[in-house]
Amino acid sequence: MQDLLRRYGAGLTTIICLLVFFWLAILVVIPNITLFESSFRPYLPVTEVGGPKDVYSFDNYLKVFGGEVEVSPLGFTFLIPVHVLTFFLTMWYSVVVTVLCFAIAYPMAYYMSKIANPRSVPTLVLLIFVPLWVSEVLRAFAWWIILAFKGPLNSLLLALGLIEAPVRWITDYDAVVIGLIYTYVLFMLFPVYNAISSLDTNQIEAAEDLGAPWWKIHWRIVLPHAKPGVASGSVMVFMLSAGSLLVPSILGSTTSQWFTQTINQWFNDALDWNTASAYAFLLLFLCTVFVALAMWAFKVKLSDIAK
Amino acid sequence: MSAGIDLENVCCDFGSFRAVDHANVSIQPGEFFSFLGPSGCGKTTILRMISGFIDPTQGSIRIGGKDMRGQRPNQRPTALIFQNLALFPLMPIWENISFGLEVRGVGKAERRAKAEELLKLVDLPGAADKMVSQLSGGQKQRVAIARALAVEPQVMLLDEPLSALDLKLRQHMRAELRAIQKRTGVTFIYITHDQGEALAMSDRVGVMSHGRIQQIANPRDIYNNPVNGFVASFVGENNIFTGDVGATADGIAAFSTPHGTFRARLGEKATGKGVKLYVRPEHTLISPAQPAENAIHGRVEEVSFEGNFIAIHAVTDSGMKMTAELRNDGSSAIPEVGAQVWMGFDATRAAILPDAETKG
Repeated sequence: MQDLLRRYGAGLTTIICLLVFFWLAILVVIPNITLFESSFRPYLPVTEVGGPKDVYSFDNYLKVFGGEVEVSPLGFTFLIPVHVLTFFLTMWYSVVVTVLCFAIAYPMAYYMSKIANPRSVPTLVLLIFVPLWVSEVLRAFAWWIILAFKGPLNSLLLALGLIEAPVRWITDYDAVVIGLIYTYVLFMLFPVYNAISSLDTNQIEAAEDLGAPWWKIHWRIVLPHAKPGVASGSVMVFMLSAGSLLVPSILGSTTSQWFTQTINQWFNDALDWNTASAYAFLLLFLCTVFVALAMWAFKVKLSDIAK
Repeated sequence: MSAGIDLENVCCDFGSFRAVDHANVSIQPGEFFSFLGPSGCGKTTILRMISGFIDPTQGSIRIGGKDMRGQRPNQRPTALIFQNLALFPLMPIWENISFGLEVRGVGKAERRAKAEELLKLVDLPGAADKMVSQLSGGQKQRVAIARALAVEPQVMLLDEPLSALDLKLRQHMRAELRAIQKRTGVTFIYITHDQGEALAMSDRVGVMSHGRIQQIANPRDIYNNPVNGFVASFVGENNIFTGDVGATADGIAAFSTPHGTFRARLGEKATGKGVKLYVRPEHTLISPAQPAENAIHGRVEEVSFEGNFIAIHAVTDSGMKMTAELRNDGSSAIPEVGAQVWMGFDATRAAILPDAETKG
């Protein structure tokens, strides 16, 4: 604060502080508190708001347990509430997206930081960034076109003779996963790239000199060093995937449902903001718990990620 | 087990820059061999070629008689100690040391035992479970040596491993390294720009400049009988006269300079005009009386007391700066600043030498 005052003077400092306060309070804290508060109240006609029926309860949260469907994964058949199922599928496919993002980003990050000529790295980064200049909506639609049954991907694969009949890409969660990977892979790439860049190349050479094969070098030297980067990348990709609405809406199929779509339906179709808020907070809370558990399981500390 | 190393016409180019130029050297099994030279002379490149991180552009490298072309670093019987040691900070000390055994599929208990044994060898018992960050510079040094020894290399390659240590520790580690080398009998190849280090530890030294090995000899010969001006200047101080070689008899030549005509040993390939005469300061005599040969008259400009010796900086009547070193043992009188003195040198203790070789 002293530093800020000395550097910018009283006037500018006040403006900066007010702007930060406005941002935090008006745009973040108050809307969230409002939604949080309303998530405990029933959805009532306007005339009854504030009336005897307007009391706090967990009813909105408990709605996820309504309406069971029958599922039979791996041959076990059981009944599960449809929104709980949606939640678990969202979690599961977000994990799949995270793992695949890592599988794609790690070799790229290693190549960029340790193998590629340092002078060509800015060009590589630019090439990776260029697609981001296009709006996310357009990119999702682009994938929708690419993956279409009679789209360019199938034509290409048919022309190359790699497939004999067109593949239905936009089915179940397949296209959603592809779209989410494309959208969020950079959130994995850059933390991992930074982490690997900070590894002393001599350590890789020392391991090789001591006789380690390439996979051992990665398993024992590079990956442990890159773990904080992988962790923060994974948290970001997972959270963003689980919270994405656009990609599942555009690339989803008739059999896919993302939990955010359910929330969106409460908000926009049912116009029940109370239940929608409850669902939104449920997603936030459970994702946080899940991430915390994953961090505990992989022995990642919060300070590692904040680096 | 130790192996000899033969470098035959080894060259290494980086683009149009020739880092190593026709290196030929035969290192004996169990020898302590140092490559000495200023930074950029190609010594680290030689080391990296022996360890397999760089391939020679031409020529061949043999370790224990076997050609190493195409062998990756993890297939060679060498162990490299990096300048910054490159210990693995995320592993405890014993895992660091036994990493080479881990990749060879040795069981955990055996690895642990071997690590403890090596820690004893490098005089660091009880450090097995510490982390790298808990050790001091000298201790890290020992761990790096133990880690390299764990894979039982036939050749140890050391890339200026002492350069990060302070003076006292450096001197201590010199003796330690030498002792470990004697105890294990492994061939040591040591890279350094510190002539004191190279001379003190090595069986033989290869002095390098501009990618070429200028001289290979034992430390005594390197210092006393340098083959050229570069070696003479790099491994010690000199008073240097430029002049022309005259009549020669029994290896002693007359040498005429603007400061007088001297007699000195004539080095190989030193002929003609504009060559240089090198006299070490400790071989430069200084006295009030005129010496019998190679006498130069001058005036004392500065006397600096260095502890074990006293350096006397004088300027000759012809205007050249000269330095003489006197031992601080009371055997010679120390002249005062401003005193008129005679300087001189023994003809056999001074050498007329050619410049360094730089082209093939």
